[in-house]
Amino acid sequence: MVTDNKPSLVALNVDGVEYQVSAGANLVDALASIGKEVPHYCYHPKLTVAGNCRMCLVELGSPLRDRATNELVMENGKPKIGWQPKPAIACATNVSPGLHVRLDSPTVKACREGVTEMLLLNHPLDCPICDQAGECKLQEFSAEYGRGYSRYVDEKNAKPKHTKLGPRVTLDDERCILCSRCVRFCNEVAKDPVLGFVNRGSYNTLTCFPGRELTNNYSLNTVDICPVGALTSTDFRFKMRVWFLKQTSSICTESSTGVNTTVWSREGKIYRITPRRNDAVNDTWMSDSGREILREVDAAHRITAPQVRGAAADLESALTTAGEILRAGAVGVVGSGHQTIEEQRLLTHFAQATQAKAYVPARAGSADGLLISEDRTPNFRGALLAGLTNRAADRDLSALKADIDAGRVRTLLVCREDVTTLGLDATTLAKVRMVYLGLHNDATAKAAEVVLPALSVFERSGHFVNCQFRVQSFVRAIPGPIGTLPDVAILARLLGSVTGQPAAFDADSLWKDLAAKQPALADLSPSKVPSEGVIVDGSAWANLSFPEGKLLKFAPATKA
Amino acid sequence: MPAVERPLIYANLRQPGYTVDIDCYLRHGGYDALKKAVAMKPEDVCKEVETSGLRGRGGAGFPTGMKWKFLDRKSGKPAYLVVNADESEPGTYKDRQIIYKDPHQMLEGIAITAWAIQAKQAFIYIRGEFQHGAKILERAIVEAKAKNFLGQNILGSNYSCEVVVHRGGGCYVCGEETGLIESLEGKRGYPRIKPPYFPAVLGLYNCPTIVNNAETMAQVKHVLAFGGAEFAKIGIPGDSGTHIWGVSGLVKRPGLYEIEAGKATFGELLYDLCGGPLDGRKFKAIIPGGSSTKILKFGERFKGKLPNGTEFDWALEDIPLDSNSIAACGTGLGTGGTIALDDSVEMIQALSNLNAFYAHETCGQCTPCREGSLWLSRVSKRITTGGGMETDVPLLLDIANQVAGRTICAHGEAVAWPVQSAVPKFKDEYLESIRRRQRGEEVNGLRLI
Repeated sequence: MVTDNKPSLVALNVDGVEYQVSAGANLVDALASIGKEVPHYCYHPKLTVAGNCRMCLVELGSPLRDRATNELVMENGKPKIGWQPKPAIACATNVSPGLHVRLDSPTVKACREGVTEMLLLNHPLDCPICDQAGECKLQEFSAEYGRGYSRYVDEKNAKPKHTKLGPRVTLDDERCILCSRCVRFCNEVAKDPVLGFVNRGSYNTLTCFPGRELTNNYSLNTVDICPVGALTSTDFRFKMRVWFLKQTSSICTESSTGVNTTVWSREGKIYRITPRRNDAVNDTWMSDSGREILREVDAAHRITAPQVRGAAADLESALTTAGEILRAGAVGVVGSGHQTIEEQRLLTHFAQATQAKAYVPARAGSADGLLISEDRTPNFRGALLAGLTNRAADRDLSALKADIDAGRVRTLLVCREDVTTLGLDATTLAKVRMVYLGLHNDATAKAAEVVLPALSVFERSGHFVNCQFRVQSFVRAIPGPIGTLPDVAILARLLGSVTGQPAAFDADSLWKDLAAKQPALADLSPSKVPSEGVIVDGSAWANLSFPEGKLLKFAPATKA
Repeated sequence: MPAVERPLIYANLRQPGYTVDIDCYLRHGGYDALKKAVAMKPEDVCKEVETSGLRGRGGAGFPTGMKWKFLDRKSGKPAYLVVNADESEPGTYKDRQIIYKDPHQMLEGIAITAWAIQAKQAFIYIRGEFQHGAKILERAIVEAKAKNFLGQNILGSNYSCEVVVHRGGGCYVCGEETGLIESLEGKRGYPRIKPPYFPAVLGLYNCPTIVNNAETMAQVKHVLAFGGAEFAKIGIPGDSGTHIWGVSGLVKRPGLYEIEAGKATFGELLYDLCGGPLDGRKFKAIIPGGSSTKILKFGERFKGKLPNGTEFDWALEDIPLDSNSIAACGTGLGTGGTIALDDSVEMIQALSNLNAFYAHETCGQCTPCREGSLWLSRVSKRITTGGGMETDVPLLLDIANQVAGRTICAHGEAVAWPVQSAVPKFKDEYLESIRRRQRGEEVNGLRLI
């Protein structure tokens, strides 16, 4: 486990009370760290400072020094504070030793009231039909810091509404408060500068540059960071009020980056996925394609019920049949980087019990240098830690094919991988009896004698280990299809059927086993995995060649 | 003693037959000051300017020598000189005369300044509407380069400086120095936040940059010609040199008057030089230094203390024409673009006109200025068209108070100051304007609503 170096602390005086905050920190963040909210719209911790909303105006002061002697000027035994004549924006201020801040003064209150009133002048105030309602900063701060009534009686500006900026983002310019977060995101993070303002003054209008579209694979982050309802997700808009949705912490399975996500669901249906801040992994971003993974749940090709020899069966009989097949011996095992480390551990035990050789196929894809890596599985490192494999991911299953063709493997347990795309053709598969624990009704499912339904990442809990060897947990957001069991339960049953002993599959037992057998995981248990994850020692596999190149928060180790 | 002009900047260009070509300028002693400057060490040139007490002529009146001192010389980055010729303050037309009639005077100042701060590249950001002026400048640069006053190895000093003329796109805010820098970089003219973007440290292309007004450059030439100490004797202590007063509005002889700082009063300027109000009219108010400065009302008494401790009690006519005196009266010398208003003017219409300008010109980057300027404009416009309510008058003041001091750049103050100064002084007239329209009376011979 790696410990962070604590940044040095300095004294910050807020409304007369002294606090300790990180030296040099942005004042908005520093105040947040001591539980003081400074309302702001345009400031975003992961973007450059624009300073345009003026909502974070505060009064600043610092100890006065004598110009001649550079000594502190004292007053009543305390350093005298020189207050700046005009309020200053907290977002463009970094904490310096002895900084004094007033958050609770009449001036600061008047500033917030003024800015709030100004922002609402030309705002359509259409909260009842706005998707942002319930998570709208303008709504929250207006309630908290606004006057509560308007003095504006003149006509409001009319601006373009429901503009399609791209395939996934819809813009309502009347709601836009011109904070420029989306513009800065496209310029600075997505490196796809297509957004900008046209016209001038209060008629400023956010738009795509002529002939351009907001098509990049990170476009939905603009929706996430939009503090108001100007940018909305074309997919999510008008679907559900956000306050009805349950938020569950999850991990994106798109690649080995392990992007932290929040799954928003209600009554067993997922409505959207948004990024969850993790400064060591994905900052506050995620890809658009990663959000699409929620479609897996209701996909037409989803396996929702067990099958035995092509016919629907109940889970109990399917498991019994699977046990019979696997007890026949000469077993081969295909695991997956899409399995949790707990599932991989059970599969390791299964492979050991049956003296089977285990394979973990690679799923290679192109990387984007940001959050999508070359390894399109979330947990290949987990397979290493669980002991399922000790080599780099298998590019194909030709070794397994050779074993099958030679009759050394006659039964197969395949988890979450379509082996037909990995070199096992129909002729080869015809030579084995196969049990398939899978998600999709693919060619492997058709060739399998027993098909057991696996659960999606949203329907089960567990841990993934990302490309940094960071163990991260995710939690079940919605229940799986009726009559299904979590993958760990199914794997434990299959393990039990070959050993004759019931196998435990609760998280505690599995982690005790992992911690005991894997030095890198010693002392680790689910309760010790913090929300930002924990890095474990992966040096045992330093000689393996991993496919990942440079990402937003990951750089491949340079080989000596 | 009636006020007299002291032409310094305008001395040559007012002479009959004076032309913009370099030969004419050289016949009038042109580029002698530059020869003097390059024979000195750059830091000594800076010192001369500091000694001269010259204050910038762009409106804020910041001491030029001190501004140059702030230039970050430790960064190792190249320094740039940017000349602000985006003259767009309503009521101001002084720089235009220099550019159109005596461009070499300004270029000489630029060459001296560039030498002083060791800038290898200077830019003249010229107001987009000065199309012809840009051509004059470009021709003048070619001439100056041919004579080795600009370009490579200036006057054999081994020092080189190129000057580029860049035409603005026609936006008032691009006269704000950081907005100008953004615009010069090819971006939208959004002023930058300060901190951290102080031009002297993080200016053009994030390099140390000095932004000086066009007239300031011409003044620098005279600082070198006279020598700092001699120049400081022109004007009064604390404000040296001459001020060019561009008087417009309702006076008999509007025009440009160059007066030694502090050596005349508003009364002398308006009555002696400008010939007083039009026949049968009386002065009502002046906007002293460009539309952004706070309005002064005739009949007001101005009492207070000058920075040097002198107490004063003046009528508007008695206010001396120097930065400190005018500032002590609660307004500013600004650009010297004085707008005179007489008793034929309905003040709410004048205010509405100004508000419309600022609402049109706000860049719209930060909230208070963007929304406040349009709100002010809409309220004052509504009053002039008969929809006013008595609550609108305190509302105008309140809106302005929500803008001033809370914005990224000084456009916020420019929006607020006319309202903040006019509402307390003309409150009764505004209320009467509202009531007259409610009663359906005629205004300026027109029946409104």
